This record gives sequence, structure tokens and C-alpha cells, in this order.
Amino acid sequence: MHKIFIIIQREYLTRVRKKSFLIMTILGPILMASVYILPVYLTTLSDEEKTVQVLDETGLFEKEFNNTEDFQFIPIKMDFETAKKNFSLSGDYGLLYIPATELSVPTTGILYTTSSPSIDITSHIKNVMKREVESLKLEASGIDPDILRAIKSSIVLNTLKIDESGNEEKSYTEINMGLSIFAALLIYLFIFIFGAQVMRGVIEEKTNRIVEVIVSSVKPFQLMMGKIVGVAMVGLTQFSLWIVLTTILVGVFMATVGGDEMMTGSQKMMGTQGKVLSAQELTEFSKAAQAESSSTMQIIEGIQSIDAPVMIGSFLFYFLFGYLLYGALFAAIGSAVDNETDTQQFMLPVTIPLILSMVMIGFIITSPGGPVAFWLSIIPLTSPVIMMARIPFGVPVWEIWLSMGLLVVGFVGATWLAGKIYRTGILMYGKKISYKELGKWIKYRN
Amino acid sequence: MDILKAENIHKQFSGHLALNDVSISVPQGSIFGLLGPNGAGKTTLIRIINRITAQDEGKVFFDGRLIQTNDVNQIGYLPEERGLYKKMKVGEQALYLARLKGLDKKLAHERLKYWFDKFEITTWWNKKVEELSKGMQQKVQFIVTVLHKPKLLIFDEPFSGFDPINVNLLKDEILNIKNEGGTIIFSTHNMASVEELCDHIALIHNAKKILDGDMNQIKADFKNNIFEIIYRNSSMNFNEIIPSHYHLLDEKSDIKLKRLKIQIPQNESPNDLLNFAIKHVEVHGFTEILPTMNDIFISKVKGTATTNSHA
Repeated sequence: MHKIFIIIQREYLTRVRKKSFLIMTILGPILMASVYILPVYLTTLSDEEKTVQVLDETGLFEKEFNNTEDFQFIPIKMDFETAKKNFSLSGDYGLLYIPATELSVPTTGILYTTSSPSIDITSHIKNVMKREVESLKLEASGIDPDILRAIKSSIVLNTLKIDESGNEEKSYTEINMGLSIFAALLIYLFIFIFGAQVMRGVIEEKTNRIVEVIVSSVKPFQLMMGKIVGVAMVGLTQFSLWIVLTTILVGVFMATVGGDEMMTGSQKMMGTQGKVLSAQELTEFSKAAQAESSSTMQIIEGIQSIDAPVMIGSFLFYFLFGYLLYGALFAAIGSAVDNETDTQQFMLPVTIPLILSMVMIGFIITSPGGPVAFWLSIIPLTSPVIMMARIPFGVPVWEIWLSMGLLVVGFVGATWLAGKIYRTGILMYGKKISYKELGKWIKYRN
Repeated sequence: MDILKAENIHKQFSGHLALNDVSISVPQGSIFGLLGPNGAGKTTLIRIINRITAQDEGKVFFDGRLIQTNDVNQIGYLPEERGLYKKMKVGEQALYLARLKGLDKKLAHERLKYWFDKFEITTWWNKKVEELSKGMQQKVQFIVTVLHKPKLLIFDEPFSGFDPINVNLLKDEILNIKNEGGTIIFSTHNMASVEELCDHIALIHNAKKILDGDMNQIKADFKNNIFEIIYRNSSMNFNEIIPSHYHLLDEKSDIKLKRLKIQIPQNESPNDLLNFAIKHVEVHGFTEILPTMNDIFISKVKGTATTNSHA
């Protein structure tokens, strides 16, 4: 037993000391943090207001165009031709021209811009005009706009899970989806990146011709397991560092740049809007703010609704055993070939279940309780990814136990098989290995 | 006493018999030459002794009892296919391999220091292996093999990749180990070094042992009554007047001396030939020519080549 620890130690230390490990450890959190930070940062960037001149010949909309977070509307009064001339010199973002019309209710406007207008501005202008035109029409037909507002309704659909004993539980589909994709993706990446590292390590030992020296001191199985476990620890170290560093990065960002700007941004928005908003629109705004805060509440509630111990526990389990199962298979592949280019024919059957489970995730999250989801989460080769994708939606306990049990059985079986191939393969040079040959190796006496 | 005994070893690979009823006994304190052409089964036998592969049948005894897993700590093995981790530092790597043989870190460190000093390579300690030449790497490998002072050392083609100076350095070390009571199994195609170093040999061909025993005894067994006679060149053509029952094998001459290799009949004493020669020429030397290991190897291997179709 003592020797396997020496092997694990070497496998771990040589990898952790590599420059590439350091680079990945630093780059990973930066990438992950930027996924989180970038959108926040971009919203603070659009601080710069764009000015739109409004030439309203009908005189109906002048007061309706209120400044928004992104756009400032300036009413102008002059004839169209001079306005056009002035606009091209002004450097403003756009010129909205609403021509006078014979109709009682105008329905056309023309927006001139120096570059293609954004959907934001066009839809904003349309909405403002539509609202005003609608209320004009309603007034003309004698309906009180207040009554109409009272009729307008917004619907909230709450979804609840109910189990056999009748307990109700709120379900949060979007959050579950996000969580399940994230967990499944992490496991998939971990298996692929570090499984391939095991394989490369085995090939390295073979091409270096050091393997025979080592197996004269330790059993081939010890060498194989030492490598698999050592690499697993490298992976766990890397992921923990990523999580810690990402949290720190995001935290630092929020505490300094992000937090401040977000605060001032929203304050400014409130301030500018508060001044010009009509009383009626103020209530609308506060409603919207309420709705927004309740959706934030929902996300928090949603995250809290997930059974964290089950989630974390099963994540660690599938993370580890999924990797161990594939790690053994990758080690066997590495032992059977002389260099990395020869691995293709053996890689395919091993990677297909992995890729299949990744492809199926989209389907699984739309139907997490269906038969496809069930079977894929029971079969050991696909279960690490698929079961992890299902767990946020709630899975019967017996299914989790069955899946975990079978995964352990699968791991033991794969390791046994890999061990047999490995101990013959590592001493075999300069021979193209076929599947038939591998079959023979499995039958050899130790 | 025999430090290692392998009895009736059989090993079958798919459709290929690698070892067929092979038995060897390696006496303690000897240098044992394991000889044979390529593919004869030497490496398989060595791997079975090292417990890297398992025999199908037969038993291996180490130090008087059935060999066990832990006995590999008492064996040092320098395989023919050998190498080191290229990216690892020399010292660190030597330490790692020593610890895998069961040495504790401190002791391994001390002994490594001793050997690095002895081979004058202390400056290599912090170099990466890939910075060393092949010969330098071989030196490190040799040190690692002997570092844990094993009772039995197995060298498979130890001299390949070494220059003559380092070959001598290594030969001296191997003899040193023998003098200190170590036992060495030595597998090579280099017959000159076999003659120089080995006490015992076993010859394996086509999965079978076809010859073994004390080397001097084997040489004596294979002698063919061949004598070399050296005499001063004279006007007389001695080789033309030798009696016809002597078989002239070879003749060489330089300005002063002539050398003849003559095989004499089994029942005749070499004195008769010497007496005859003295009467006719001025004899400068007369010695028996024993067969070289090279001759024995070739004659045995060729002699049995037709009996088995495996190569």
C-alpha cells in the first residue's frame, strides 16, 4: 500500500508544479468570472446617452417622449428641411420626424439615424407612439383610460411539485435547468480533461521506456491506480482553486467597480425618471420594480429550494466515480498504443457514451422523469452526466441508489478490465493492436 | 547455495510458446550469463523472475523459498527497454525510483549522494533528464538499479549505449558487486563480455534451455583438440610436410612468424605434434585453442535451428 502513495505523490506533484497547471488555474477563474462580470459591466457601459431630436409637426407626442436610461429626447421646432440639415451637423444619434397629417390620429413617423438604429430605440418610439395613439382613439370613442388600465391584467404562473404523500413544493424550472446543465457540464469536462491526462501519462511512460523499470518495483495495477488517483487529485485541486478564485474575483469586482456603478446607475435612472415621470407612470414604474424584485426573490428562493446536501453529495460522487470509471478505460487505451495518434480507434467507443450524454442533456431537462432519462441515468457509462442533470429536478431515492450502485460496479468492472489490458499493453511495443488482441490480453493469466 | 532457482517454467502467449520447461539455478555470488538469440525467451524469463509477468507452470525460488511479492525489493532490474521521465529532475527521479524499491527517503538520499560522487555526476542532480545524453541517462539508471543493494541484480544488455570508458567503469562496478557477495544475472549478445565476466551461463533457444553450467566447464566440454603452433619463418614449408592425420584449419604469417591452427585426432597427445614440429622448425609457441563463447553460441544455436520452426 505504501508504494501506491509514493506513485500518487509523484503523479500529483509533477502535474501541479507544471506551468500549464498554473496558467489554467489563473485563466479558469478569469474566464468564469468574466462570464458573470461582463454582462454587468456592459450594462454600466451604456451610460453614455444618445440624443434623439424630435420634430413633431402634429404636436401630440412632444410630452410623451421622456428620457430613458439610454436615450435623451429633445423636441425641436423648425421646418423639416433645416432640421434635417442641422441634424447631419449636430452629431446627435437620430432625428424623429412625425409629419403633420390630415387624419385625426397620426400613424407615421420617420426616424433618421447616422447608423442603423438599434431595436431598442425603434421599439421604444413605436411603443410610445402606439400608447399615445391608442389613448387618443379611446378618448375619441369615449372610454376612460383609467377603466382600461384597471382591466389590464398580468398573470403569474406558479408551479408546484407534489409528491406521493401530498407535500407540495414550489418548483423552479429555469433554475433547475441552469443548475443541471452546469453540473452535467462540469462532470463532462472533468472526465474528458483529466481522463485524457491519465491516457497521456500512460503513453508517456511507455514511450519513455520507464514503465518496465517501475513495474519491477510495483505491480502494474498499483502504477495504474496511482496515476488515476493522482490525476483525480490534481483535478480536484484545480476545481477547488477555480471556485475559490472565481468567488474572490467576482467578490472583489462587485465590491469595487461593479457594485458602485450599478448603484449609481440605478440611482441616476431613478433620479432622472422621477423628475419627469407623471404620477400615473410612477406607479407603473414602481410596479415594475416590484415585479423585478420579486423575480430576484424567486431566484433566491429557487436556489434555496434545492436540497443542497443531496446536490453536493451526489455531485461529488458522480464527479469522482464517473472520472474513475473513465480514467481506468483511458489508462487501458494508453497502454495499448505506442503514441497518441494511434489512440483514435479505441477512443471512439469510450467517448461515444460521454458525448451522447452531453447531446441528450437538452432532451433530459425537458423530460427529466421520462424513460430515456431513467435508463441513461442508470447505465454506468452515461449515468454520471445524465443523473447529475436530473437531480435538480428531483429523482426518486431508489433510482439514485441504483444508479450509484451500478456506477460503483461499473467502476470495479472497468478497473479490472483495464488492469488486465494495462499490464500486458505497457510492455508491448511496435505492434498495432486490434480488438481481438485486446480480448486475448484479458484472458492471459496475470 | 542458489539465490535463485527457476523450475520447469512454461509460458504461453497467444499461439506462441515463449518458454518451454526452462529451469535455471543461479549460485549465490556468481555472475550468471543468460544467453540466447533474439526472441528466444530471455526477456520473458527475466520478467517472470521479476514478477512482472506470471508463468503458466513451474516455480521460482528466491533465497531458498518460493518467491513472494516483497522479494522484488531484493532484486534490482535494469531492463533492455529502459528510460526515465524526461521532464523530471535527475535527483528527484532517482529518489522516486529508489523509494519504490522500498528505501526510505533519507537512506536513499545518502546512498545517491555516494554514487553521484563516485561517478562524478553531482552537478546533474538538478538537471532535467532530457538535458542529459543517452549515455549519461544510462549511468543514472545503473545507479538506481543497484542503489537498494539487492541480493540479486538482473542486467539486460547493460552496456548498450555506453562508450568504452564507461563500459569499463560499469564492468568494474559489476565485479565490485560480485566481490561484495552480490549475485548478477547478465543477459547480453556481447560474447566478449560474457567471457570476461560470467562464471555460469545458460543458453536459451526457441523457448528451450539448450545448454547450461559452469562456463569453464562448458568451454572444456566443447574443445576440439585444436592447437596453435607458432614458429620462425624458414625456407622450409612446414605446413606441406605435416602428417595427413593432422587437420590444418588456418594459417597466418607475418615477416618473422607463422601461426598454424591444427586439429589433432581425439586419441593422440599434443606432444606428438610438438615433437614432430621441433624436428623441423624453430617453435616459438604452442597452445591449446579453447572455443570462444561466440563459437559455442553459434554452433549450438545453428545446430538446433532446424528442430523448431519458431524464431
